[in-house]
Amino acid sequence: MASGGGDVKLIGAWPSPFVLRARIALNIKSVGYEFLQEQLGTKSELLLKSNPVHKKIPVLIHGGRPICESLIIVQYIDEVWTSSGPSILPSDPYDRAIARFWAAYIDDKWFPTFSSIPKLQEQEAKVAAVQQVYEGLLLLEEAFIKCSKGKSFFGGDHIGFLDIALGGFLGWMRVTEKMFNLKVLDESKTPNLCKWAESFAANNAVKDVLPETEKLIEFAKIRFKPPSAD
Amino acid sequence: MVEEVKLFRTWSSPYALRIVWALKLKGIEYETIFEDISNKSPLLLRYNPVHKKVPVLLHRGKSISESLVILEYIEDTWKQAPLLPESPYEIARAHFWAKFSDSKLMPAIWHVFLTQGKQQEEAIPPAIEILKIIEEELKGKKYFGGQTIGLADIAFGWMANLLYVLEEITGLKLMNTQNFPSLSAWINNFSDVPAIKENWPPHEKLVTKFQAIREKYLAAGATK
Repeated sequence: MASGGGDVKLIGAWPSPFVLRARIALNIKSVGYEFLQEQLGTKSELLLKSNPVHKKIPVLIHGGRPICESLIIVQYIDEVWTSSGPSILPSDPYDRAIARFWAAYIDDKWFPTFSSIPKLQEQEAKVAAVQQVYEGLLLLEEAFIKCSKGKSFFGGDHIGFLDIALGGFLGWMRVTEKMFNLKVLDESKTPNLCKWAESFAANNAVKDVLPETEKLIEFAKIRFKPPSAD
Repeated sequence: MVEEVKLFRTWSSPYALRIVWALKLKGIEYETIFEDISNKSPLLLRYNPVHKKVPVLLHRGKSISESLVILEYIEDTWKQAPLLPESPYEIARAHFWAKFSDSKLMPAIWHVFLTQGKQQEEAIPPAIEILKIIEEELKGKKYFGGQTIGLADIAFGWMANLLYVLEEITGLKLMNTQNFPSLSAWINNFSDVPAIKENWPPHEKLVTKFQAIREKYLAAGATK
């Protein structure tokens, strides 16, 4: 049951994987919200006022109060809307720790390497980065097997914290595959993650907010246009 | 039935110290296993294969790594002396500031500490800007969480002793009581908490250790 339509705002932008995390969490809990999209290249006054420290999206504004940082927002959503959807974080302290550990790994280690791939000019450096991305995904494949216990998601039957943490990047993984002609999620290396990706993308909380790969590619071409040689 | 809790740490790791403080604040008994970072034990490598670092907490035969993750685990498992507030909004704020310590303050301070000359000169203003943000956040508060010490305080705790160590080594003063009254007061309040006071690594030993780290960095990388 949707709640707090006027009370909940999300400052963000459709291509951002971090914003996507927040949107998925809101969908899981059936929370209605106003989506305030930032324009590329500018930062609105509301954003600067709501997140003066980092000046970044996403920012969730609930009852007039801002919450920043995507995974902090996801946990906040889980703690506030406890009865309108399944739990996002597991209840067992050790399972929670595992979910948090891998989410931190994704943000601190995996994503910086992954996002460096398009920026690396030298082929050697690119190959090394891609290799590191694969190694990280192999670790996540193992983590998936342990966490899912045979079910479809890291969270088991339902999408959980770690699904959201990794799944936010799914669109960009597909963009990387198309634009650089390589496999990020490779059936021969990470078969479980490949199946997971399909289940995740098809999930009701995800499918309407996951950006289409073609649209993201168009966006990437504009956003990451190399400066013209003058 | 006593539940076995073990903590793998070094005598100086600021990350591991967070766990010592949390365990002490909650009155949890535990066994310490000191690691030599230059010669990591097979147990450490087994319990933290991904990062191979301290701290690692062992509880009920399971290992948990990454200091902020461990702090949350401790909070989830032992309910006495809570380190997090009750309301989701205040919890989110605590998480925000804990993350800020690691993602913003630490790199900025290291950048001042591990450089010299012009590079260091350029590193100072951004570090001071970040300290100003923290000063602003602490205005009117005894601790980050308000009246009682909490997760964010523990996350920032390294600042309360290492800042002085680093200032002593470099001769640089990044903050003073005049320009940073709230931050200075926080350092005093935090350092006075018995669980914290009783678990400071010895000052001189820290100076020696970080002096050596600085020298090693300066010798290795004048190229940047």
